Amino acid sequence: MIKLIPRVENSKAMIILSPIIALTLTALSAFVIFIFILEDIKVSSVFFTLFAEPLIDPYYFSELLVKAAPLMIIGLGLSIGFRAGIWNIGAEGQYVIGGITGGAVGLYFYNVEGFWLLPLMALAGILGGMFYAGIAAFLRIRYQVNEILVTLMLTYVAVLFLSAMLQGPLRNPSGFNFPESRIFHDSAMLPIIWDGTRLHIGLLVAILLSILAWFGIKKHMFGMQIKISGSAPRAAKFAGFDDNKTVWYSLLISGGLAGLAGLFEAAGPAGQLTPGLPQFYGFTAIIVAFLARLHPIGILFSSLLIALSYVGGENVQIDYNLPSSITQIFQGMLLFYFLACDILIKYKVVLNKTKD
Amino acid sequence: MSNRRFSSVIKLSLLSLVLAFTGNVAADPVRAAFVYIGPTGDHGWTFAHDQGAKYVKEKMGDDVVITTVESVEENSDSERVITSLARKNDIIFTTSFGYMNPTIKVAKRYPDVKFEHATGYIQADNVSTYSARFYEGRHVIGKMAGRMTKSNVIGYIASFPIPEVIRGINAAFLAARSVNPDVQVKVVWVYTWYDPGKEADAANALIAQGADILMQHTDSTAPITVAEEKGIYAFGQASNMREWGPNAQLTGIIDDWGPYYLDRVQAVKDGTWASQDTFDGVQQGMVKFAPLNNSMPVDVKNEAMKAIIDLSMGAIHPFTGPINKQDGSPWLAEGETPPNFPDLLTMDFYVEGIDSKYPN
Amino acid sequence: MNESLFINIIIGISIASVPLIFAAIGELLVERSGVLNLGVEGMMIVGALMGFVVQFHTGNSYLAVLAALFGGMAIASIFAFLTQYLLTNQVATGLALTLFGLGFSAFVGRGYTEETIQLITSIHIPVLSDIPFIGPLIFSFNPLVYVAFLMVYLVWWFLFKTKQGLILRAIGDNHDAAHAIGHNVVRYRVMAILFGGAMAGVGGAFLSLVQVPIWGEDMTAGRGWIALGLVVFASWQPFRIILGAILFGGITILQLHAQGFDIRISAQYLSMLPYLATIIILVSLRMRLKNKTNRTVPNCLGRIFHSTT
Repeated sequence: MIKLIPRVENSKAMIILSPIIALTLTALSAFVIFIFILEDIKVSSVFFTLFAEPLIDPYYFSELLVKAAPLMIIGLGLSIGFRAGIWNIGAEGQYVIGGITGGAVGLYFYNVEGFWLLPLMALAGILGGMFYAGIAAFLRIRYQVNEILVTLMLTYVAVLFLSAMLQGPLRNPSGFNFPESRIFHDSAMLPIIWDGTRLHIGLLVAILLSILAWFGIKKHMFGMQIKISGSAPRAAKFAGFDDNKTVWYSLLISGGLAGLAGLFEAAGPAGQLTPGLPQFYGFTAIIVAFLARLHPIGILFSSLLIALSYVGGENVQIDYNLPSSITQIFQGMLLFYFLACDILIKYKVVLNKTKD
Repeated sequence: MSNRRFSSVIKLSLLSLVLAFTGNVAADPVRAAFVYIGPTGDHGWTFAHDQGAKYVKEKMGDDVVITTVESVEENSDSERVITSLARKNDIIFTTSFGYMNPTIKVAKRYPDVKFEHATGYIQADNVSTYSARFYEGRHVIGKMAGRMTKSNVIGYIASFPIPEVIRGINAAFLAARSVNPDVQVKVVWVYTWYDPGKEADAANALIAQGADILMQHTDSTAPITVAEEKGIYAFGQASNMREWGPNAQLTGIIDDWGPYYLDRVQAVKDGTWASQDTFDGVQQGMVKFAPLNNSMPVDVKNEAMKAIIDLSMGAIHPFTGPINKQDGSPWLAEGETPPNFPDLLTMDFYVEGIDSKYPN
Repeated sequence: MNESLFINIIIGISIASVPLIFAAIGELLVERSGVLNLGVEGMMIVGALMGFVVQFHTGNSYLAVLAALFGGMAIASIFAFLTQYLLTNQVATGLALTLFGLGFSAFVGRGYTEETIQLITSIHIPVLSDIPFIGPLIFSFNPLVYVAFLMVYLVWWFLFKTKQGLILRAIGDNHDAAHAIGHNVVRYRVMAILFGGAMAGVGGAFLSLVQVPIWGEDMTAGRGWIALGLVVFASWQPFRIILGAILFGGITILQLHAQGFDIRISAQYLSMLPYLATIIILVSLRMRLKNKTNRTVPNCLGRIFHSTT
């Protein structure tokens, strides 16, 4: 019989160890699966391609960072809401809307150069995402409609809206009628911080934001408000914290950041608005947030880890002809193990040989 | 130099000379890569490209090494996939429109690698574009549909309102009308290239609204399975889909990319590759047809065969005037055929006679 | 509108709504017990795959549906173990389940994308099906359609007419009190989760066994998420699930028909309707409930139960 005995206080050792145990278990499971499906390929070389190559090869490392940036930005925003029990599952939709609003500004001024254009686009992206998430906040406060459902439904609407925009007002007039926008001109593209790669300023923004978020949660009243609201709503009310304000802040911040990430994607790696803008960053960021236990600095690391699995997984797909679903399976398993190992922090696992 | 050493040197030199002349020193194989938008199991668009890749391997054997990557989404990730391939290959085929911008970007960074972009419109020194005149195929099946329909409603499952799809609808309609003045075409837009469930729903909706022949510009075998189940006719898309519709399939438009791919890969090997834009049809063998269904009346089959032969000899053009646009304005005068650009390549109108409203 | 077109539309709507009914009624029971399982999409796609694979290899539809049922249950058991025994966060675990389910089914299913199977055909009752108009409309559906309606009735009966159902609802509203009385909270919830998995699996199988006889990754195309919305839309009342599923399936189908009829709204905006409708109806329901004191949300929905023994 396995018994779970609550610890007196959280095990500090386990806070560090449990993610490592989870990673090890995932790697072991991967090993087992590979043995089964790879007949004549060395498992060790697959592992190398999956985990090591993206860290060693400069190009793939830059791509890893490119993919991690939006995950960081969105994950940070989401973690703020999750701490307060506000479940914004529709960050993907806010990301798309932000890409549209920010991108539209850039396209509107397509023949104008100027340093002011990018900040304006970023602002438009943030406002777009904020507005979109704000709908869910409004509905929750006014009509007690669950935000999980609203944000999720609105995600589908956002993707369809993108398609409608690319078919209509945002379509490239000299683009042979294909549903794509013009390619962004120089002033509308994000500056590259690593020459020869696609790594853009978004990464620096992400790191900056996580440091800000860390301070915000540690020091500022707002952070405490969110911490308490999440763990004890009634106590929060007694202390004078406004529940409605928390809902607004959480959704507006997560929506705004998601919108910013959308603009960064459009003005960065993509360089235009296409139907391929949605890449599930909004959903993957939820996993990133949880893997980091909603901690801003942790989000930096979990984004890198997930980005690693994407880039490495893709290379495994190309080099060894394995299907792309492999990456999804491992991400799912990693999250399972991680959540499961989390229990080691709060509980001690005891094996009872004798029955009570 | 000692005698023994001298004779080894002579032997070695003679050996090298012999090898050099007989060419027994194996040349490096050409490395060709293919980027697919969907799974090869779609038995449609991607399947046809993969058949082309397999054809190249079959013909060139050990002289070529082929890498394929399936289900690459048309987003910024594709640039990374193409880059990965560019690092290790000599020629890369990107088989969907949405890879255009990424292909151009990567081509700039790898000027020694050749790129072939399907259905695109931007070329560069090391980027070619290629597409097929699928509308010629639509012409043939349009005639068959016009003859075989009893309800005079052709159901058309369309993906996105881009020129290639519009060309297909117009060509099919014109051909059907030419043999059946009462025929109409109903179009449903599903806004996806591959979604079996949605394609099936669209097929059912069209059948419910009176269509007794289906055409599709989507990639799965779903519509033809619906046609088979409902006992009506349909056409295979991009490949022979007879297995999914043994009774339903009257014929299929087959994209035969093999010979073109072989030609281009061989050109890389021979050092004769040059950037070009290819827009081939039945005449060049890029568009082919699945065997005609025997349940059709002899005169319908003969008419279709004649159309195929005419196309293969370049004797007819599916868009031959007089043709007006849907709003009545003139497009082609009597006997006039359209230039590739802008008429065909940017086509954004229905022809006169189509009842459906042009999307958006 | 002529008669056969009307019948066709009704049949089309029923086919679109049945997967939603199965998945939603299963999730309803789960949420009534106080658990939120966001992994419906993952469970549905696994069911779709299992059903297709077994049908392909055996040609036996009964076995195929059973396989889908057990497939859904099997993958739901991961969720049950993690959330009920290891006390993990339900939102995160559900999302992981969706991710894993999608990846797993795509991976295992990759050898089956070129295959096709025999569809489960509709039934034909000797006299009843031949009654003009009513016959094709009511008595000639696919057997799984009738099963779906039966399951809704059974869940309603269980929840409101049996002692166990009462206990389950009590657990959903106040798990601490139920535990204090002596009910095994964990056991009820695990059973509910497994049932939800089974239902989602069968709902997914409907797609691959009835709607289109082929397999494709992601063929559930977001229906699992719609089902989650339906549960809330139905205010956790079983019969309202049918209403919601028909509404949702209906709009999806009608949008396609509208194109055929040449309605002058772009297809994208028409496609938005089902999602917007869900939100609007939720809002209108809340507006009516605002004045009442009884809420139908299970109080403990999503909260982790810590047993102290």
